[in-house]
Amino acid sequence: MELHLLLLFMIFAAIVAIEVKDLLSSVIGVGAVGFALCLAFLILKAPDLAITQLVVEILCLIILIRATINKDLPLTIEGRWVFNTVSTLVFVAVFLFFAFLALKEMPVFGNPIMGVVKRYLEQGTAQTGAVNLVTAIILDFRAYDTLGEATVLFTSVIGIMAVLRRPGRKKIEEKSHD
Amino acid sequence: MTLYFLCLILFCIGLYGVLRKRNLVKIIVGLGIIEYSMNLFFVLLGYKMHGRAPIDAQNQDILNMVDPIPQALVLTSIVIGLGVTALLISIAIRIYDKYGTFDITKIKRLKG
Amino acid sequence: MIDNPKTGMSLIVKTITRLTVGLILLFGIYIVLHGHLSPGGGFAGGVIIALSLVHLILAFGRDAKVSKISMNLASNLESLGALMFLSVALLGFLGGSFFLNVFKKGAPFKLFSSGTIPFSNIAISLKVGVGLFAIFLALIILEGTKRKK
Repeated sequence: MELHLLLLFMIFAAIVAIEVKDLLSSVIGVGAVGFALCLAFLILKAPDLAITQLVVEILCLIILIRATINKDLPLTIEGRWVFNTVSTLVFVAVFLFFAFLALKEMPVFGNPIMGVVKRYLEQGTAQTGAVNLVTAIILDFRAYDTLGEATVLFTSVIGIMAVLRRPGRKKIEEKSHD
Repeated sequence: MTLYFLCLILFCIGLYGVLRKRNLVKIIVGLGIIEYSMNLFFVLLGYKMHGRAPIDAQNQDILNMVDPIPQALVLTSIVIGLGVTALLISIAIRIYDKYGTFDITKIKRLKG
Repeated sequence: MIDNPKTGMSLIVKTITRLTVGLILLFGIYIVLHGHLSPGGGFAGGVIIALSLVHLILAFGRDAKVSKISMNLASNLESLGALMFLSVALLGFLGGSFFLNVFKKGAPFKLFSSGTIPFSNIAISLKVGVGLFAIFLALIILEGTKRKK
């Protein structure tokens, strides 16, 4: 029951975030969606995810607000607006219809088929010595995926430092030579 | 069943934002909403009714926990989403410096 | 302490920052070190450590000593964290295969237990925390040079 209310609130905040004309208001709308997601993780008995989602959401909001302050412009409607909107809505309706047909085949919410996880639950604490089973999975049973994630984060930090570089020393020397 | 369907409606709202908006920051906001909805869908798959959090305690039975494997996968996905959003924002700042606008219909010159 | 009203935020924010930023850093280190006993782990703790440093820069502006850290030092520290994680992985070769948990696993519910998991947590938190702080530094240094023009 609480999950349904939270999801309806998230849908309403997402519609506000996309349709509002002011850039700062839409960033605050995304913040509201992320905060409701953290509450949903708490209701679904996942405390690791709730802590991580909350702090990552705060940092993401700081970066977004810092980058878009004082920078919005008025936009005008032009071109084939009616045709584009109607075709996008038709595509979304077809997607939702086929998704509804596919969701009927899945197990009912609340009774998952826990086939793979039985071995991890029974022997997890004995084999690794860790009490937190999620940490035992990401750092001992499936540590290769964590290595891949560390590589992706490293690449994104290098990419940001390369894109936001100040003009180097060569350009300043060329300007002084002229 | 309705919970899964509401998750997919949230995904479609984000998809509409990516496809139909002309401001670059609105496109990035739509991509963020898509990531949130997919993380929620994954964790909803592994929930067991009246289960416990997957942390062992000293005197409780083990087999009543919720599924910890989707939680491990989503933990990775949340941090990767932050890295992707930060890189997109830095590229958007560079585009604003060069062209003076966030409008994607005016960013057409391919040189320089 | 001297309060420069031209940089950073108001006096109330600066006073509260002086009182709480050490506690935030300590809380982040606690979540990293107890990653195998209670919810949290390396990623959440690393982001909290980065948030405490960002808090200092946002409250004090240019006056904060933390903003003088050059990008070279930040990227060196992040590479050190990644190399530590890789060396923990290669250490598993002593036992037979890649990423094997080779240290002694003690009794559960103790702080010094569960093999190589605390070392992995510390390496990941160093990498994530310093990396995200380097992203924030790159964003504000660019804003600074634009305003000078």
